[in-house]
Amino acid sequence: MTDVLLEIDNLSVDYETARGDLKALRNISFDVRKAEIVGIVGESGCGKSTLISSILRLIAPNTRFRSGEIRFDGSDLLKATEREMRALRGDEISIVFQDPMQTHNPVLSVGQQMIDIQHRSKAPKGEKREKAAQMLAAVGIPDPEARLDQFPHEFSGGMRQRIAIAMALMSEPNLLIADEPTTALDATLEVQIIERLQELQREMDCAILFISHHLGVIAELCDRVVVMYAGAVVESGDVRKIFHEPKHPYTRRLIECDPGHIKTRARILPTIPGEVPDLANIPDGCIFRDRCNQATERCMAHVPPLESVGEEHMAACWLNHEEVTA
Amino acid sequence: MLIFTLKRFALAALILFVAVTLMFLMIRAVPGDPVQIMLGPRATPELQARLTAELALDQPIFRQLIIFYGNMLQGDLGTDVFSGRAVTQIVFQQLPFTLELIFGSIIWSAGLGIFLGAYAASYPNTLIDRMVAIASVSFVAAPAFVVALLSLLLFAVHLRWFPAIGAGNGFWDRMEHLVLPSFAIGLSWVGYIARLVRASMLEVLGEHHIRTARAFGLAERRVVLVYALRIAILPVVTVIGVGMGFLLSSAVFAEIVFARPGLGKLVIDSITTRNYPIFMGSVLVSTGLFVVSTALADLINAWLDPRARSAK
Repeated sequence: MTDVLLEIDNLSVDYETARGDLKALRNISFDVRKAEIVGIVGESGCGKSTLISSILRLIAPNTRFRSGEIRFDGSDLLKATEREMRALRGDEISIVFQDPMQTHNPVLSVGQQMIDIQHRSKAPKGEKREKAAQMLAAVGIPDPEARLDQFPHEFSGGMRQRIAIAMALMSEPNLLIADEPTTALDATLEVQIIERLQELQREMDCAILFISHHLGVIAELCDRVVVMYAGAVVESGDVRKIFHEPKHPYTRRLIECDPGHIKTRARILPTIPGEVPDLANIPDGCIFRDRCNQATERCMAHVPPLESVGEEHMAACWLNHEEVTA
Repeated sequence: MLIFTLKRFALAALILFVAVTLMFLMIRAVPGDPVQIMLGPRATPELQARLTAELALDQPIFRQLIIFYGNMLQGDLGTDVFSGRAVTQIVFQQLPFTLELIFGSIIWSAGLGIFLGAYAASYPNTLIDRMVAIASVSFVAAPAFVVALLSLLLFAVHLRWFPAIGAGNGFWDRMEHLVLPSFAIGLSWVGYIARLVRASMLEVLGEHHIRTARAFGLAERRVVLVYALRIAILPVVTVIGVGMGFLLSSAVFAEIVFARPGLGKLVIDSITTRNYPIFMGSVLVSTGLFVVSTALADLINAWLDPRARSAK
């Protein structure tokens, strides 16, 4: 198992609130291997953001780690000191955030920010600047040398996201976390960014944890997928298996609802009826039972475990246990 | 940036014109015959007539205004009714004392206020933060003239640490004379600026780009002092620019309490004696000071904030 880079093992994270503990993540387990692209899919509020801020330990003060481990290269990040975490951030683990319009400092030039993040390098300033220009060129920004002196507001959204990718890849990280990097962009830009990301990934051989709710992008880019719902993993495994033979009703509905999947003209886009349960007051049983059209007695009473349903394929649903109930 | 600067100073000139015209009309609305007050009850009618003609008080008010601006554009603000010296000379003689006082107050209060505010914002809702909050609000609540009187009694009369009155001679003596007055009028600004910086800092620290800076492992000190403070400071610069006006009015108290020469004292004296030329001269200069400082604040802001620079 030496090829495993990041292991999330039984991770549970709560937010302490005035209403009681909000169980944002419950018993999350999956791993990312070296040089592999893993996608995380799920609706808003399913815990994707909590997950990535937990990996980087850039968390809100009311965050509580209740159980589990996040092992990166074998060592548990939840036990690391703040100093050790800071040494990892932007070096071995980098991140591209969701909203390119707000991700850069508005009063410092792009060049200044790109030089600043090379704070670990002892190279002279001129060399750092040159490296920044090279990275901008690598993500396809024309005339990079001159653009280093410009400020973020002088770039378009697509360009800013490319700058963010350039910054994240500058240290040649082992793991790149991409938090919905294309959600704020239009479709043509999305394709460009994804292709660029793919190229750079092959070049640098880094692993990517790609968070998105765009199934098409996930199918295109990722080797494996983790499907999350309301703070839990409901299904995970090889991308083809998940898309062709989903083993969890939520995954199935999610694929049905994807506009790219709809072949016939429909007046109303399909949705999954119902709402995500209140995470401060989690009901018994399967977390998806209220919105599931195949829910049974058993789903009401017991939480289905995440179990293997085939090679490279796990799901958490009692429907896969029919032989037992029957 | 050049066009922005020119536009800003054109606006400044317009503000100055409106404010000075207003003051010109207001002093003339004060009841009582100015010539009689200036010359006293025993002046001869000939003397009174001469002064009236000299000050153009026999002309319609609109004409008086034109004469005033006409002379002003030639650098002539008239002569002092009593001493016969040029108003420009008198005003510019007093100006350095007031400038010294105002800049002294701004520098120490903004410095301390920004430090306290940034410090409190870095440790929100801790004991330190609460203590800074209590201190700031108490500072804001203390009126400048009360602080002036109390500090005079305590530090100058009782403890004898600092001189009580005057402005002093020579650099160190002047600095020593500056301590108590600038303490008195700057104190409430410490509190005000500390609260402002804290609020603005907390807002900036919650922005996404700060998370980005941290995600790249930048040292916390650099994140707070460069990435956040550069932005959090912007509203403070504007407030300090406007604050110059308020400091000018608190300077009046300080100058009276500490018997310091300065513009404030000059204005007060000229109003009670209806010394129109001196009044208009000092009002013009202090309004000019205010207008220039707000314009400077905007320019500093534009220099600090590239977004403002290209927006205009």
